[in-house]
Amino acid sequence: MSATAGPTPLLRDPRRGLVAGVLAGLARRTGIDAVLLRVAFVVVAVATGGLALLAYLIVWAALPAAEGGSAPLTRFGRVARSPGGWRVAIGAALLTLSALLAFRELGIWWSDALVWPVVLAAFGAALLWGRWQRGGVGEAEADALPGSEAAHPRPSPDAGHAVSRVAEQYSGIFGVLLVIGAALLFLSSNHILGGLRDAALTGVVVVVAVALILAPFLWRLGRNLAAERAERIRSQERAQLAAHLHDSVLQTLTLMQKRAGDPREVSALARRQERELRDWLAGGGDREGAASLASALRSAADAIEDDHRVAIELVIVGDSELDAAAEAVLGAAREALLNAAKHAPDSGPIRAYAELGPAGIELFVRDRGSGFDPAGVAPDRRGVRESIVGRMDRAGGRAEIRSGPDSGTEVGLFIERDPGSRDGSE
Amino acid sequence: MTPRLPSVVIVDDHELFRAGVRAELEGLADVRAEAGTVEEAALATMREKPDVVLLDVHMPGGGGVEVIRQVARERPSQRFLALSVSDAAEDVIAVIRAGARGYVTKSISPEELADAIRRVREGDAVFSPRLAGFALDAFQGEIPEAEIDPELDRLTLREREVLRLIARGYQYKEIALRLSISPKTVEAHVSAVLRKLQLSNRHELGRWAVERRLVD
Repeated sequence: MSATAGPTPLLRDPRRGLVAGVLAGLARRTGIDAVLLRVAFVVVAVATGGLALLAYLIVWAALPAAEGGSAPLTRFGRVARSPGGWRVAIGAALLTLSALLAFRELGIWWSDALVWPVVLAAFGAALLWGRWQRGGVGEAEADALPGSEAAHPRPSPDAGHAVSRVAEQYSGIFGVLLVIGAALLFLSSNHILGGLRDAALTGVVVVVAVALILAPFLWRLGRNLAAERAERIRSQERAQLAAHLHDSVLQTLTLMQKRAGDPREVSALARRQERELRDWLAGGGDREGAASLASALRSAADAIEDDHRVAIELVIVGDSELDAAAEAVLGAAREALLNAAKHAPDSGPIRAYAELGPAGIELFVRDRGSGFDPAGVAPDRRGVRESIVGRMDRAGGRAEIRSGPDSGTEVGLFIERDPGSRDGSE
Repeated sequence: MTPRLPSVVIVDDHELFRAGVRAELEGLADVRAEAGTVEEAALATMREKPDVVLLDVHMPGGGGVEVIRQVARERPSQRFLALSVSDAAEDVIAVIRAGARGYVTKSISPEELADAIRRVREGDAVFSPRLAGFALDAFQGEIPEAEIDPELDRLTLREREVLRLIARGYQYKEIALRLSISPKTVEAHVSAVLRKLQLSNRHELGRWAVERRLVD
């Protein structure tokens, strides 16, 4: 996989590296032997009084690792997770030492009383970081694999694994001891100061030591909490969706199974469920009340679909406010839809088409039933005359009814808002 | 004379639905293949070269629009009929503008579907009442005179009339009778509207499709 053709980008190679893989990566990039580079690096480091080591530290932080690793400093813990956790910790200590020496070389004075405790603390903190990182993984593995050591304390079948396990266990304790030791060393070597300053310094040092010990733990805790919260939100959403599906879709499916003998009932149930689901998917589900004629028409059609077990295909172009003219059309349209639902329930969907504009309203309701003779006597004549024709007349509009045995019935409703601005007839 | 049954490829990501359509079209069309993904659909269409592809609008990986785009590169003459549960205006307009020659809802009866397939095969356009409503809506808004391309941005009076009758649930034959024109002329008007829907640069059409949420 490392056999990429052409010049490879400069990457760290922690698997082959002694400390963090910077030189190994450089060796891979340039083709010069890594050992040669290391010797050269040590020479340069001595010659520059540690400046080269500082450069190493910076390069390490900036370079991504070769095996697809992402980032610099954030990867610290994961590098430490490798079997060479100790090695990396030692590396961290050495790098800290060299950085401090470099600063001294540059003229910034560091007393030995400061340098050694800091180096020790770096070593211990690196061990702890590695341990906590590993701890997280180890716990997950223990959960995933029943019968692993964590679950049942018994000798590991893999001796090498057991050894590394022991080393792991001790690295944590050792890290704590190192940090505390560093703190004590710092305090004792500065003891000459004495007095009040000494007490204050003791406090500060203890706080720093505790912070170093706890930092990786707290950091991991914070990350786990964030993950937990995200998971909680996700599961809440899931529960909400499940509740909705249960209240609506599952109920409907149960009802449909119970009424399997009644095809009309079943298709009406399915249709209502479809409508509800569409509304819900469209977001929120609440149509904005009945403030506009279009939404009022839709609600009216929905209600008739539910009550009479019919399908209504409603097409609306434009929209209009719900003024007196619109109310008249709405009432007449409801009546026309009801008539169609009563008299032609089984001849395909009832089609309604409405063109709503500022100048006027046109609305057509059409069924493919057997039709009736508008001039002859029909059982619902009064209804048609009063609720459709009469209502439209009173509002200043008109209604047209076409009906025939072959073409079904079509009711046309016309009203103009601003007389003269538009010809409502077809 | 028995005309050859139109050959069809059914594209939908729901297997149950594909099986249903296949059963419905038994004896009405020659179903050559089914496809459940965009890739399968493109491959099956290239292989079978059907008269008509029945295309679902919503599918993972770009949906019907993506299928049309992929096929059109190799086979620009391929005809598509959108068949969808979605009646959201933006979906329908998008698939029409991508090149589908018609749009019908999945609740259509088998005979109507077969008729729609036959018409698409012959190069005509198929408008369901709802698509007619969308088209009327899209071309309704006023736009500044200066920006109007008279060829594409406006419907003629006759086209509007035909669309309105389709929206009211009239069949082409009934429309022809009603307007005293031949069914061929009705089809010519519908095809002209389709062309305008596909080619018009009216910004209304794009904006409208995004803004309008005519879901019902």
